[in-house]
Amino acid sequence: MKFDLNNDKLYRMEHYNMNLTVKVWRQKNSKDKGGFVSYPVNNISSEMSFLEMIDVLNEKLIVEGGEPIAFDHDCREGICGNCSLYINGKPHGPWKANTTCQLHMRAFKDGDTIVVEPWRAGAFPVIKDLMVDRSAFDRIIQAGGYISVNTGNAVDGNSLPINKDLADASFAAAMCIGCGACVAACKNSSAMLFLSAKVSHLALLPQGEPERKSRVMNMVAQMDKEGFGACTNTGACEATCPKEISITNIARLNKEYLFAGLTSDK
Amino acid sequence: MTWKQVFTSSVGKKLVMGFTGIFLILFLVIHVSLNACIWANDGGKMFNAGAHFMGANVVPRILEIGLFAGLILHIIQGLMLELSNRSKRGIAYASDYGNRGSKWYSRSMGILGTLILLFLILHMSDFWFPNRAHQNFVLGEEIDLYAKMKETFSVLWVVIVYVLGCLSLGYHLAHGFQSAFRTLGVHNKRYNQMLTSIGYGFSVIITLAFAMMPLSFYLGWLN
Repeated sequence: MKFDLNNDKLYRMEHYNMNLTVKVWRQKNSKDKGGFVSYPVNNISSEMSFLEMIDVLNEKLIVEGGEPIAFDHDCREGICGNCSLYINGKPHGPWKANTTCQLHMRAFKDGDTIVVEPWRAGAFPVIKDLMVDRSAFDRIIQAGGYISVNTGNAVDGNSLPINKDLADASFAAAMCIGCGACVAACKNSSAMLFLSAKVSHLALLPQGEPERKSRVMNMVAQMDKEGFGACTNTGACEATCPKEISITNIARLNKEYLFAGLTSDK
Repeated sequence: MTWKQVFTSSVGKKLVMGFTGIFLILFLVIHVSLNACIWANDGGKMFNAGAHFMGANVVPRILEIGLFAGLILHIIQGLMLELSNRSKRGIAYASDYGNRGSKWYSRSMGILGTLILLFLILHMSDFWFPNRAHQNFVLGEEIDLYAKMKETFSVLWVVIVYVLGCLSLGYHLAHGFQSAFRTLGVHNKRYNQMLTSIGYGFSVIITLAFAMMPLSFYLGWLN
């Protein structure tokens, strides 16, 4: 379904029920070849979330003696970054700045066929059905996405003056929930939006200064090691990011990398 | 971190693309400016004088070596990045994200670059190679390049191929211009907006100016 802010069918608020066909990627395990299976799903409320619709389908599958569809989810509040799903050709479905758990069935109409795929990237291997292994992101964070100081007790908010614009930019970068939609959307399966958000978040604050150079170098090296592609600035990641992380962060990461590469002693 | 490590990571490779891309953009400015001398409409006197300076003077000829080095680096690095990036997805999606998040030409830099490369091979075999061969690849006598242009652009299919080559270059620049500056670390939003606008303007001007050259000869707008 094409994303269109002016299409009231995508946003209409009155309640209605619908019958759908859900075409889901089924894969027993990481070694299985996998393939699409179509399921009819009837009497779905427009007020259900997308994950609740899959819950209904799974209950039906269990009653019929089948294997429920495996998918990632946790908070179902749009803040944990656990849900994924590539829905009708777009990570997290047709709505802008939205996670799959916050996608509601009013985004669809009666009779629709919805194609649901896992994130596709060599660095995110499928574990089962729609679940992928995103531990590559954890290892990128372990390579440098932290500050090696004992923070101790909370200090007075004004003891360390920080420019408001920089604090805001840092906070906007820190909004990244690490869901991996940027990788899923990127034609190169690049993790640059995620990485740049994590680097920018710390590079913009004085607390991140001491490890500024080693952080960006180590995190880029780990990203390459995990098998993500290189960024070509297409902007597909920014367009699909549920937290609207800007690709300006990628340009900042490039600057951080170039500066570290040219001036690092090691 | 060694210099090799700095420039061979995924970000480092992009830096090489950005530096060489901007270098080639500067070359395009010189190339289009010099070729625009054909529109002096003086039977090619001004154009041939400029071409003679570029071909028979030792300074531009030394710079030409740098140009080839930058061009070859841009081509090889670009092709390697494209092939590497294409291998990262694994299984392709059944439904495509398409134009909802990005412009088609920003996703097609490898294909556009390959079309430009094919065009360049034709272009250089039309002009650069015969001229340098005539000079015995030293600073010798040159051929009449204006007459050579007139002769080359009297054939319709050649003119069509040149116009298509210019279009490929235009779309390549429409994304490449602003992308190169982002890659080199320009993250100021005002500058990024300005560079994007300048990039679009530059692409249109370069495409039109270069495309008009074969058309001017073919349509008989020049003496």
